[in-house]
Amino acid sequence: MTSLANSMRNGPDERGHFGIFGGRYVAETLMPLILDLEQAYKDAKADPAFAAEIEHLNKHYTGRPSPLYFAERLTEHLGGAKIYFKRDELNHTGSHKINNCLGQILLAKRMGKTRIIAETGAGQHGVATATVCARFGLPCVVYMGATDVERQKPNVFRMKLLGAEIVPVTAGAGTLKDAMNEALRDWVTNVDDTYYLIGTAAGPHPYPEMVRDFQSVIGAETREQMLEAEGRLPDALVAAVGGGSNAIGLFHPFLDDENVKIYGVEAGGRGLDGEEHCASLTAGKPGVLHGNRTYLLQDDDGQILEGHSISAGLDYPGIGPEHSWLKEIGRVNYVPIMDDEALAAFQMLTKVEGIIPALEPAHALGHVIKLAPTMSKDQIIVMNLCGRGDKDVFTVGNMLGFDL
Amino acid sequence: MTETRIDRRFKACADQGRPALVTFITAGDPDLETSQAILNALPAAGADVIELGMPFSDPMAEGIPIQLATQRALAAGQTMEKTFQMVRRFRETDQDTPIILMGYYNPIYIRDPKKFVVDAREAGVDGLIVVDIPPEADDELCIPALEAGVNFIRLATPTTDDKRLPAVLANTSGFVYYVSVTGITGSSNLNATNVSSAVARIKSHTDLPVAVGFGVKTADDAAAIGKNADGVVVGSVLVSAIRDSLDDAGKATDKTVAAVTDLVASLAGGVARARGV
Repeated sequence: MTSLANSMRNGPDERGHFGIFGGRYVAETLMPLILDLEQAYKDAKADPAFAAEIEHLNKHYTGRPSPLYFAERLTEHLGGAKIYFKRDELNHTGSHKINNCLGQILLAKRMGKTRIIAETGAGQHGVATATVCARFGLPCVVYMGATDVERQKPNVFRMKLLGAEIVPVTAGAGTLKDAMNEALRDWVTNVDDTYYLIGTAAGPHPYPEMVRDFQSVIGAETREQMLEAEGRLPDALVAAVGGGSNAIGLFHPFLDDENVKIYGVEAGGRGLDGEEHCASLTAGKPGVLHGNRTYLLQDDDGQILEGHSISAGLDYPGIGPEHSWLKEIGRVNYVPIMDDEALAAFQMLTKVEGIIPALEPAHALGHVIKLAPTMSKDQIIVMNLCGRGDKDVFTVGNMLGFDL
Repeated sequence: MTETRIDRRFKACADQGRPALVTFITAGDPDLETSQAILNALPAAGADVIELGMPFSDPMAEGIPIQLATQRALAAGQTMEKTFQMVRRFRETDQDTPIILMGYYNPIYIRDPKKFVVDAREAGVDGLIVVDIPPEADDELCIPALEAGVNFIRLATPTTDDKRLPAVLANTSGFVYYVSVTGITGSSNLNATNVSSAVARIKSHTDLPVAVGFGVKTADDAAAIGKNADGVVVGSVLVSAIRDSLDDAGKATDKTVAAVTDLVASLAGGVARARGV
């Protein structure tokens, strides 16, 4: 067995730790369920039929592999490194979230669970969960902050069409963390029949590992496609991080390739000076929330702060524990992009490439816009274009002063 | 560990042939001064053991009543230091009633768990209940607490089967807190018969007292649960009584302290007759 010292891809340890991060910090009622889940996931991973079923669905239901697209006009426009997009926004349901949902719903079925619950911020994970529940005929309850219900109406309607029950959560600021609290309260109450389908690479072990594994199809495909297109690995990877599932999915297969620089882009909101941002890695401190130890936005007394981002999908005060570890060991550079920079990037991509991105990858693009001109023309950047922007056109329209 | 206030209090109640009444309030609810007055008045009203909630912004295991109590306390400016201060002031007049701090790990973690348990002990705290730190992480908080002379009380639940129970009980001290339902605090599915057999199951694994909570609302509930349990925990109805006593602006009134103490007195009547007729 390769030790952790020789590879950065072997985490977590048997107790779910990435360095000091991760772990399992949940109420006793949930502990036996989490241990069951861990065992069920181990068994599934060892079963070739499980992998084969995911692969089949990825290909025929989601539409994988997603293209690796050379953005020629944007590359010219920025005048530096060649820019490629991993186009997970072309997936069925419009984002990378489906990769994880398919894996987990197959696991839920293996475990004999008959009811699915989920939390959602932007609604992308809620839509993907409602989609797989429809596909597999399971009832679905989605917890969504009341604020997010308001600003993501198109996704709320999509989930309802798909047959899901949406529960608006009014506690706190009514955003993703409050939705996650409420989903945990549901789970602890309905332990016998319910599977909690977490949408990001966070939460108690084994969720961070499991979600990463299901999302790593992004990075694995990218590696293969890049070798085919350019005959070599890229010089830099860029992805947005909220909880961090699309980013860890792209990054993980490249962690041991030391010549590949990796950038995770956090939501800088209205700036890092106050509390109106969601840059937990850049401006937070380690703490324990939602089952794992990780970087959190919190005050000096350990109360969790609400944060702010123009993007509902990045509006979370925590981050997946593996990202906290990758920051600590210096493997990944985490940088903030502000609301206005993301908005400018959103418009640039739309006009220059004819692709309307979601506001989440618009943050990643905000960093690409800064990075590409500093690199030479024979260098290569791959950015994860993890979601499409249909859901955001109303938000952006309001910000730009259009009367929609 | 040497004998603690918690050990002594459970023994004293057992000697009186009744279960202990364990009462929960959130520190700083609805404001620091009123909360202190409620805390100081609890023993005379009939509380044998006091759980003092450390407010946390994300109380994942709480139902609406304690969520709201937490929000009231935080809005009034409650901090961990103020919670310690409440315990110090309580100890000026009461050296016998055990106080247990109950809450979530993050506000402890940010202060450094080893320093936290020493500060808590010095303030006069006797025990800790921390909802989101399972036995698998005992080295982080439970062991330092025991070393500082603070009991660490663990929750056992309906999902804690016989295979897992020994791990849950291993470093538990003071008492075992049996959560009567799978669910959040203040639920309404209390079933005295199921609870009774669960308590018997736990007692077959440990000599520690077993207290039962989550869903106890009335003196009759307390009497029914207390027939077999060594302690009955009441929380959500007490903080709901606080809420109901507030004025339209959410401020304490001259009825607030009595709203809690009257209810505690009634519940104390319940535990007093639990083993009687």
